[in-house]
Amino acid sequence: MAKELIRLENISKAFGDNLVLDNFNLTVNENEFITLLGPSGCGKTTTLRIVGGFETPDSGKVIFEGRDITQVPPNKRHINTVFQKYALFPHMSIEENIAFGLKVSKKSDAYIKDKVKYALKLVNLEGYEKRKIDSLSGGQQQRIAMARAIVNEPKVLLLDEPLGALDLKLRQEMQYELIRLKNELGITFIYVTHDQEEALTMSDKVVVMNDGRIQQMGSPEEIYNEPENAFVADFIGDSNIVDGIMVQDRVVKICGTIFDCVDEGFGKNKPVDVVIRPEDIILSKPGKGIMDGEVIHNVFIGVHYEMEVLAGGFEWLVQSTKSFPVGSKVSMRVDPDNIQIMHKPKSHDEEAIALDV
Amino acid sequence: MRKGLKGIYIGLVLLFLYLPIGTLMVLSFNEGRSMAAWTGFSLHWYEEMFKSRMIVDALYNTFMIAITAAVVATIIGLLACIGIQAMSNRSKNIMLGLNNIPLLNADIVIGISLMLTFLMFGISLKYETVLFSHITFCIPYVILSILPKYRQLSSSTYEAALDLGASKPYAFFKVMLPDLMPGVVSGFLLAFTMSVDDFVVTHFTRGAGINTISTLIYSQVKVGVRPTLYALSTVIFVLVLIILVTANIISNRKNR
Ligand SMILES: Nc1ncnc2c1ncn2[C@@H]1O[C@H](COP(=O)(O)OP(=O)(O)OP(=O)(O)O)[C@@H](O)[C@H]1O
Ligand SMILES: [Mg+2]
Repeated sequence: MAKELIRLENISKAFGDNLVLDNFNLTVNENEFITLLGPSGCGKTTTLRIVGGFETPDSGKVIFEGRDITQVPPNKRHINTVFQKYALFPHMSIEENIAFGLKVSKKSDAYIKDKVKYALKLVNLEGYEKRKIDSLSGGQQQRIAMARAIVNEPKVLLLDEPLGALDLKLRQEMQYELIRLKNELGITFIYVTHDQEEALTMSDKVVVMNDGRIQQMGSPEEIYNEPENAFVADFIGDSNIVDGIMVQDRVVKICGTIFDCVDEGFGKNKPVDVVIRPEDIILSKPGKGIMDGEVIHNVFIGVHYEMEVLAGGFEWLVQSTKSFPVGSKVSMRVDPDNIQIMHKPKSHDEEAIALDV
Repeated sequence: MRKGLKGIYIGLVLLFLYLPIGTLMVLSFNEGRSMAAWTGFSLHWYEEMFKSRMIVDALYNTFMIAITAAVVATIIGLLACIGIQAMSNRSKNIMLGLNNIPLLNADIVIGISLMLTFLMFGISLKYETVLFSHITFCIPYVILSILPKYRQLSSSTYEAALDLGASKPYAFFKVMLPDLMPGVVSGFLLAFTMSVDDFVVTHFTRGAGINTISTLIYSQVKVGVRPTLYALSTVIFVLVLIILVTANIISNRKNR
């Protein structure tokens, strides 16, 4: 059983009238890579700042190793942060930047020198000690920010969209570097991003947030394959979200057509939301599948073709390695396993209560 | 042709700016007391100036007051900026407005009101009242030159320092202050020159027998202009020049 390291208990935080975190609960275990994922403004940075001690919650507690640290200032917490814009000290050399935390904690010069060297090696920037900050590229600055945080051997590292400013290629490289670092150091990472792909590749646990509330929490596979509500389904990857009627257990009617599925316990003839991932729709010649339609759009996007199929009055997004030209009649079929049924969202407040229990 | 014109234009501007000072400096080395005719080189007027107790005292007062006032005003102004920056936007704007009023106020209003205030509280006018007045009118200039730098500064480096375990004062001195330094230096220099320059406020707040250069010259001019004043003006010019150049070199070196 994993050991608990940080627990956020019923955290609420408002800026003026703007309620940013609403009764937020989260547990982070030791040595976990946990990612907060959500659209801009949903409260990710605020959550991180509360853990780091830069913001005090209006109510609720932050528990660290069993101790309440809600009122402990940031410089007294064994937590380090890699900031959204790196926040390196411009008038200091790279060496001085990395050594800052160690100097503050009065480590010996020899120890500091060793540590700085080791940290630079970890982030693949050996020999950069004397360089100036503004002589570095964005990716290099990012690594220095990492090095500056990890030399202090924190229990937890908070990372606020650390790769946000980098280009795609570099971002992918850095993702692997981060995972490698995390495994080498064995520290807990709390990572913030609004990039769902990044969240799914890197994390042990993904927390999908919206409007200051947790929408769903789970492993990347769980989040992707079994979204709990339409928001999560829509936010994570491309998906077709359609209205359906749960006729009975394991039978759902979508756009007037009966599909088999594997979900149970929704009752009889209940309106539901149905999620079908575009790669799960199988196209074939007319009459061979369950529902017939017509291809109205087709683009090749590298790995596969992305098509839109008009069927049953709905435009389905379909991804397939086999191309059907625009205008051709097709038939679609979906494996029962790949049809995800969700409750219709209730009113906003009800939804919140439902999520809390 | 165009290049020539440009050169001539710049030359003219520089001539207008520096010819008067040049004339003054040259005449301060003149043997005779004529304002027009050169009668030979001599350090005679400098000798007379440094022998005059009054002039030396005034010089000393001027620079002591300017340096003390600038240092104190810079410290108070910097502290004020820290406070203002932590305020809500509304209070910040109110504070800025309050800060700007003394800047726009005529010197004579500041001088007379300070004098009246001192007298009303039974404080007799002396050296300290001049110093106090100079500190007072210098603070807004310091705030005005530091605050924009403060606004440019992102709070994230300060927070990064706290995050790495630094105490608040340590984070301020190690991380914030170096970035604010250009503003602090220019605020100090501005305060210093405003203080050296001042006549009106000093005139109203000084006690009997206390002169700065400007009040001394004012009283002497009434009797007639002697070439010692040329020598004195030259000395002031050179001193201020030295201080400005040193301060600039120091702040440039810090920036690099
Ligand atoms: N200091 C503050 N004062 C007032 N409002 C704030 C403050 N900090 C954050 N907010 C507000 O709180 C909300 C959440 O902000 P937060 O920075 O946590 O979002 P985020 O999820 O990190 O977004 P992004 O992905 O854009 O970084 C926003 O509406 C923001 O305007
Ligand atoms: Mg953010």
